[in-house]
Amino acid sequence: MMSGLSDPMVPRVARVVRRWYETPYTWTIEIESEPPGTDAAFEAGQFNMLYAFGIGEIPISVSSDPAATRRLQHTIRAVGSVSAALARLQPGEAIGLRGPFGTGWPLESAAGRDVIIVAGGLGLAPLRPAIYRVLAERRRYGKVSVLYGARSPDDILFRRELARWRENRALNVEVTVDHATDAWRGNVGAVTMLISRATFDPTDCIAMVCGPEIMMRYAIAALTEVGLPDDAIYLSMERNMKCAIGFCGHCQFGPTFVCKDGPVFRHDRLRNLMQLEEI
Amino acid sequence: MEGLERIIREHRFFAGLDEGFCQLVCGCAKNVRFEEGQYLFREGDPADWFYLIRHGRVALAVMMPGRGSITFQTVGVGEIAGVSWLVPPYRWTYDAKALELTRAIAMDAGCLRDKCEQDHDLGYEVMKRFVPILVERLQATRLQILDVYGGTS
Repeated sequence: MMSGLSDPMVPRVARVVRRWYETPYTWTIEIESEPPGTDAAFEAGQFNMLYAFGIGEIPISVSSDPAATRRLQHTIRAVGSVSAALARLQPGEAIGLRGPFGTGWPLESAAGRDVIIVAGGLGLAPLRPAIYRVLAERRRYGKVSVLYGARSPDDILFRRELARWRENRALNVEVTVDHATDAWRGNVGAVTMLISRATFDPTDCIAMVCGPEIMMRYAIAALTEVGLPDDAIYLSMERNMKCAIGFCGHCQFGPTFVCKDGPVFRHDRLRNLMQLEEI
Repeated sequence: MEGLERIIREHRFFAGLDEGFCQLVCGCAKNVRFEEGQYLFREGDPADWFYLIRHGRVALAVMMPGRGSITFQTVGVGEIAGVSWLVPPYRWTYDAKALELTRAIAMDAGCLRDKCEQDHDLGYEVMKRFVPILVERLQATRLQILDVYGGTS
């Protein structure tokens, strides 16, 4: 799904309104398209192509609430030249923006059912818009669990929000870390271990999973183990997206293009692809 | 005993256990409680008991010289603390400490080992319940070792 722009390959100008530190090397930037107040509606799970002028363009999921359509947040880990440049941007500086692109999380299909959200590392960012939507219409859903795994306590994203969500009891929020510190009093262990502890009806539940691919494979195995069928598990995939509209083929994943057929896929579409090498 | 049998049946580990087996298992069980900070067991001690957690959370940790106690896993409600009782030399290879008030069923490991030896059907039933836990922990450990998230260092 693309925005209403006539040419989806031409970026529009947006300006950084705010930026803040999330974890070491990870920042969230809030941007606003020019002229200020321009509507930039998106679906939870979609991504934008962000262009650091003179350096390059990369796909970044929108991490803010889809109800707030004028200012968009993107959470960026500075791991390469473009992401580092984006993470360094200061309020008032300009970037190029294309999008939103791709498929969203199945919030309509999940209505009336239990929801289990499994996120690992930076994978919480693309799921955060879905969590906002579930919270906004909490009565439409059954039991909702957010299971989040991070490398260490210092690497936990959206720490205050997680604490707030946990406190208001509208969601069952469990956070675990792979490597604990002395001060950490929470769960320790892989995020997949939280799946068997969560309370949900596997026969009437939708799972939304995002994180490193290997983590997602283990999460799928754990979800399958507790009885979720393939068609109830949704994943957000990451590939080398360039054009974002299915023309260039850089993000081809078997018979699909991650940019336009995804990034959110139902697992039964990917089941036979996820174990393949070099794909 | 009836109360204990009900509690054991309600625990995820023994859910659906055959009536006769349940009575055998109950003969090795007792209710226990640990305050925050109290150890369930310490590394190197004989693995005489293991624990079915009913309430609370337990840290499994190893002591590393110069770094203190490093927690590598936590276990909570419906889970098991202690698997070293299954295999010789029946000694704990890590510490287990209550992170909060923890209630558990303590199983006398020697008693259960003897009953499993005498009744291999019971032994097989117990193994069928323990092996998936071992596999789940092995897979989770693999994920931890792979350090899949990237991060600060």
